[in-house]
Amino acid sequence: MTAIRRFLPGWLSSYAVLYLLFLYLPVIFLPIFSINTAATPKFPLSGVTLHWYEDLPRTPALIDATWNSLIVGVSASILSTVLGILAARSITRYRYPGRRAVNGLIMAPLVLPEVIVAISMLLVMLQLGLSLSLFTVVLGHVLVCIPYSMTVLTSGFEGFDRSLEEASADLGESAFGTFRRVTLPMVAPAIISSLLVCFTISLDEFIIAFFLTGTEATLPIYIWGQLRFAAKLPGVLALGTLLLFASFVLMTIAEILRRRAARRTQNEGGLYA
Amino acid sequence: MLERVQSERTQSDRTMIEIRDITRSYGSFKALDNASLAIREGEFFSLLGPSGCGKTTLLRMIAGFDTPTSGSIAVDGQPMDGIPANRRPTNMVFQSYAIFPHLNVEQNVAYGLKRLKLDAGEEKRRAEEALAQVSLTGLGKRRATELSGGQRQRVALARALVMRPKVLLLDEPLSALDKKLREQMQVELRRLQQAVGITFVLVTHDQYEALAMSDRIAVMFGGRIAQVASPKEIYQRPVNRQVADFLGGMNFVKAEIVEENGASLVLDTLGFGRVRTDKPKAFVRNGGAATLGIRPERLRVLWDNATAKFEVAGKVVERHYFGEITHLIVEIPGLEKPLSVTETNDFGADDIPVGAPIRLGYDPEALVAMAD
Repeated sequence: MTAIRRFLPGWLSSYAVLYLLFLYLPVIFLPIFSINTAATPKFPLSGVTLHWYEDLPRTPALIDATWNSLIVGVSASILSTVLGILAARSITRYRYPGRRAVNGLIMAPLVLPEVIVAISMLLVMLQLGLSLSLFTVVLGHVLVCIPYSMTVLTSGFEGFDRSLEEASADLGESAFGTFRRVTLPMVAPAIISSLLVCFTISLDEFIIAFFLTGTEATLPIYIWGQLRFAAKLPGVLALGTLLLFASFVLMTIAEILRRRAARRTQNEGGLYA
Repeated sequence: MLERVQSERTQSDRTMIEIRDITRSYGSFKALDNASLAIREGEFFSLLGPSGCGKTTLLRMIAGFDTPTSGSIAVDGQPMDGIPANRRPTNMVFQSYAIFPHLNVEQNVAYGLKRLKLDAGEEKRRAEEALAQVSLTGLGKRRATELSGGQRQRVALARALVMRPKVLLLDEPLSALDKKLREQMQVELRRLQQAVGITFVLVTHDQYEALAMSDRIAVMFGGRIAQVASPKEIYQRPVNRQVADFLGGMNFVKAEIVEENGASLVLDTLGFGRVRTDKPKAFVRNGGAATLGIRPERLRVLWDNATAKFEVAGKVVERHYFGEITHLIVEIPGLEKPLSVTETNDFGADDIPVGAPIRLGYDPEALVAMAD
């Protein structure tokens, strides 16, 4: 027993280090090779340059793809957050038969194989006679974003003390005034957090966009297209680094806001000094 | 010589809240069953009862958060049917306090004033006045999350009082506080009510709280109002065993009605013999049996050769020490249940040995007859 206890801490920390390396090594390679002067990703680096980054804004196809991604990301995040608000409010606020089932069904796309979802959506779009465009990509992204939006929003709405809204009415405020002065400010951080999460997911999503877009490429599709040319690889790595950084920042802000919202709604009765 | 005086009250006899034949059904369950009540202007009124007795439902109906299945409520002569909570002349202190966590203390207190469109100076003056009333002057800029439980409660009070309601509704406002703070707040709430002169309606399950603060109390069980009276009358003259039992300890003795007339009853009991008592106003005879009750503190230990005009004799079977008092369980020959006796510890009641013979004296006025 004592031997195990003495041995374990050292072993555990090396295990933890390996674990983190496994998770983040690929991510670290990306920025490293993106500043390599040589086009082939190989150690040792032949030199350090920001040349590949400088080239990015001079690529018209990339600019187009960025715009497409922004349009899709903004539309999908707003749509899925609006739908998410309605569902999360219903699930956290009311008790009705089938509440759990509804929640489960909304969360299910999270674990469905994305390629299957993409194919089925393609079939549906074609059946409906919709021509493939950025609009169909938005619809597809809404489908994959809603579970994430729901997770963020239910955590922000849960524990929302109903008596806060009653207190507002009691103090003379109308239903709309109560929503504007109490409900909205309390859940705003969760809503912004949901928007950021959905935007990030849409920005990085490849499979569904690949199946559902027409001729317009989003950023991940543009990257996929570039991978065929070995000489373009450093540019892709530079772009990838930027996307990675953007996702990281957006998700961090989203998580901070989500926690703030959860704290707001759940601090009733807390902090008895 | 100390004189006994009735406490002076500022309240009028005008009815502020008229509750008529209120029933609230959820399917076959009745949360309120034909309850009627008149609460006077300027009165500190308590709705007292165990959880599920309908007291909170009734309070929420006065506030406008719940609608009666049948019956009506009027506040200050105005029928409240169909009037939503935001247009009623009532304000509420919620059990959770419901302090808006995204606003500071001042903004919380001024929340309802914003609708009144007062000029900025007047709004600030009223908010500050309300904060002063609850001794929170200077804490206006504190965030709601930086307050202690007692302070949150004061903010909730100030936020409601600043609206100058005709009726202030309080839903178990002290239940989240610790014992010491709770007792302090009881005194403060009572003082505040007398200072502002607004009708207070308090919901509580704590009988001591109701007794200590109220002008009158309505005791409720199972959606019905069992008794409405002053604290003293509720405690000393409960209408039935349920009310007596809910308000502290009570010894119950089986009795037979020997004689009944307009004002008094003559009862035959085993341990206490034949006794004559006042007939309670609401006494409705149910056959020949009745119950005689006496509070444990109304029985006193007779030491050595001391005598009393009325006494019973028995044997101590248990003794429990509670610091300032001792609780004795005394077996009386003929009584099916031993009597509970509480005695202050200034004469050595805490040293009475278990098994010792004992005599107990009582005042026949302490005996209360209850219908079975």
